[in-house]
Amino acid sequence: MTTPVTGAGAPALRRGGRARRKARWTFDSISFFLVFLGLPLALFLLLVIWPFVQAVFYSFTNWGGFSQDFDIIGLANYQRLVNDATFKTALGNNIKLAIVVPLVVIVIAMIFATLVTVGGRGIGQTIGVKNSGFYRVVSFFPYVIPAVVSGVIFSKVFDPSNGLLNGLLPEGLRQNWLGQVSTALPSSMFVIIWGAVGFYMLLFIAAIKAIPAETFEAARLDGAGRMRTMWSITIPSIRENIQTAWIYLGIAALDAFVYMHVLNNSGGPDNSTLVMPQYLFRLAFSQNQFGYASAVGVAMAVVTLVFAGLVFTINRLTGGTTRSS
Amino acid sequence: MAGANMVEDRVEPRAGRAGRGSTGPGSGGDRAVTVTSHVVLGIWSLVVVLPLLWVFLSAFKSNREIISGSPLALPSSWSFDNFVLAWVDEKLGQAMLNTVIVVGCALALVMLLGAMCAYVLARFEFFGRRAIYYLMLAGLTFPVFLAIVPLFFVLQTMGVLNTLHGLILTYVAFALPFTVFFLYAFFQGLPGEISEAAAIDGAGKWRTFFQVMLPMATSGMASVAIFNFLGLWNQYLLPVALNTKRNNWVLSQAVASFVSGAGYQSQYGLLFAGVVITIVPVLVGYVLFQRQLQGSVSQGTMK
Repeated sequence: MTTPVTGAGAPALRRGGRARRKARWTFDSISFFLVFLGLPLALFLLLVIWPFVQAVFYSFTNWGGFSQDFDIIGLANYQRLVNDATFKTALGNNIKLAIVVPLVVIVIAMIFATLVTVGGRGIGQTIGVKNSGFYRVVSFFPYVIPAVVSGVIFSKVFDPSNGLLNGLLPEGLRQNWLGQVSTALPSSMFVIIWGAVGFYMLLFIAAIKAIPAETFEAARLDGAGRMRTMWSITIPSIRENIQTAWIYLGIAALDAFVYMHVLNNSGGPDNSTLVMPQYLFRLAFSQNQFGYASAVGVAMAVVTLVFAGLVFTINRLTGGTTRSS
Repeated sequence: MAGANMVEDRVEPRAGRAGRGSTGPGSGGDRAVTVTSHVVLGIWSLVVVLPLLWVFLSAFKSNREIISGSPLALPSSWSFDNFVLAWVDEKLGQAMLNTVIVVGCALALVMLLGAMCAYVLARFEFFGRRAIYYLMLAGLTFPVFLAIVPLFFVLQTMGVLNTLHGLILTYVAFALPFTVFFLYAFFQGLPGEISEAAAIDGAGKWRTFFQVMLPMATSGMASVAIFNFLGLWNQYLLPVALNTKRNNWVLSQAVASFVSGAGYQSQYGLLFAGVVITIVPVLVGYVLFQRQLQGSVSQGTMK
C-alpha cells in the first residue's frame, strides 16, 4: 500500500522518517502506538530499568533504608567492598560455581544427547539407544520442579540423620553433607547440576536433530568412530548452542541464590556456600545497609557482564582456529 | 526399567538416502558401547527418580516411620493426614490459590503486552526503535538482585507492596524482555503481504494485529507461554522480597518456609506432603504437554 506523500490529511512523518507505511495521526494509529508500545514500555521502565538506575545511584550513598536522609559518599562503598573478606568469599564461591556447574552440566548433557540421538549404533542408520524417549522424559523432570522445591528435597536428602543419601550409604561413607566445609559446596553444586541437565540435554537433542543425517553417514563411511563423530561433527555443528548454554548456566551459577538460600540459609559452615546475592540479601534486609548492598549488586552485574564477555571472546578465539584449519 | 514401549529416538531420514538402515546386530564392541550407554543413562535416571520416589513415599508416612524405617520402604498404611495438614493448617491451599491467580494473570498480561510490543518493534520503523530493543536486552542480562531493593520502594510508593496485584505487575515487567525477544524474531518472520492486504481491505492497525497477525503467531506464542509459565511458577526471589504477608504467600514461599521454619524440625511427613502437592500439578502438566515442550525448545534453538 502506498500513500501519496503530499496527499490530503497531511501525512505526519515521525522523527525517524522511514516508516514502512507512512502513518497519519489518525485515532487508530495514535491509540495503537500508545497502547502497543507505550503500555509495555512504561511498565518495563518503571519496574525494571528505573530500579536498576536507582540501585546504581544508591551504591554511591550510605543510605540505610528506613530514613529518608543519606549522604553521597562517592566510592567509599566500593573501597569497603575491595577489603571485605566476606564479599571475597562469596565472590570466590560464585566463581567456583560458574566454572564447575556449566562444565559438568554441558558435558553430561552433551553425552546424553549424543547417546539418545546418534549413539545407538556404530554402523548403518543413525539412531539413539533403545528407550531413549524414556530417558529423555525422566531427565527433564527436575527442570519442571521449581528450584526452591529441588532445594527443599535435597536439604532432606542430605540430612545427616534421616536423609535418603545416608540411608542408602554404608555406615563408613555417611557424611554431614551440608554441614561440613569439605562437602557443603560440592553437594550444593550437585543439586544445581541435577536440576539443569535435563533442560540442556533437550536443547542439545534439538540442535543435533537439525544436523543433516548425511553428515553423520559420511563421517561413518570415512571410518569415524563415536568419539570422533562427536568431537569432529556434533560439537562443531552445535557450537552456538553450547555457547548459549554456557552463558545461561554461568549467569544462573553467578546467582544461585534460590538453591543456596534453601540448602544452607546462613551461608553454610564457615560461609563455604555463601554466594553474592545471599550476602546482598543479608546486607539489605537484615542489616539495613542498602547503600552498601547496592554496591554489591553493581559488582554482581559487572562480574556477570565480564563473564558473558569472556565466553564470547573464548568462543571467537577457538572458533576462529577451528574454522580456518 | 519401565517405559520399554517408548519409541526409539532417531534422526529423521532425509529424502534420497540409501536404505541401509536395517543392518544386523552390531559387532561385539558395538554391544559393549550400547550396554555402557544404558548403564550410564540408567544411573542418571535413578539419580533423578529416587529422591522423588523417596519424597512421594515419605509423604504418606508418619514421622516415626520416616525416622526409624528404611528410606525407600512402602508406607505401612497410605495415610493422607500429612496432605490434609499441609493443605489446611499450613495454608498450602491458600498459597496454591495465590500462585494460580498471580501466575495466571501475569502470564495472560505478559503474553498480550509482550506480543504487542514485539509486533511494533518488529514491523514498524520509528525513531528510537533500536534503543528500545537494546534496553530490553539490557533488562534481560542484569541480575534481578540489583533491582530488588529499589523495586521494594517503587512498589511501596505505588501502594502495591505486599499485594497480589503488585506482584503480578512485577512478574509482567520482568518476564517482558524474554517474551519480546522471542516474539520479535517470530513477527519479523511473518510475511508482510498479509498485513498489507488487511490494510487495503480497510482494517485498522488494531484489527490487523488482533485478527490477522496474532492468530498467525499462535505457535510462537505457545512456546513462549510454556517457558514463561515455568519461569513464573518457579519464581522465588521476587515474592520473598516483595510479598511478605503470610496470607499472600505463593507456593514457593510456603514450601521454603517448611525448611527454615523452626517448628518443622520433626514434621518431616508434613514437609514431604507439601513438596508433593507443589510438584504434582507441574509434573502432570509436563507429561501431558511434553511433546509441545520439545517443539518449543527446538524452535528456540533454530533461531
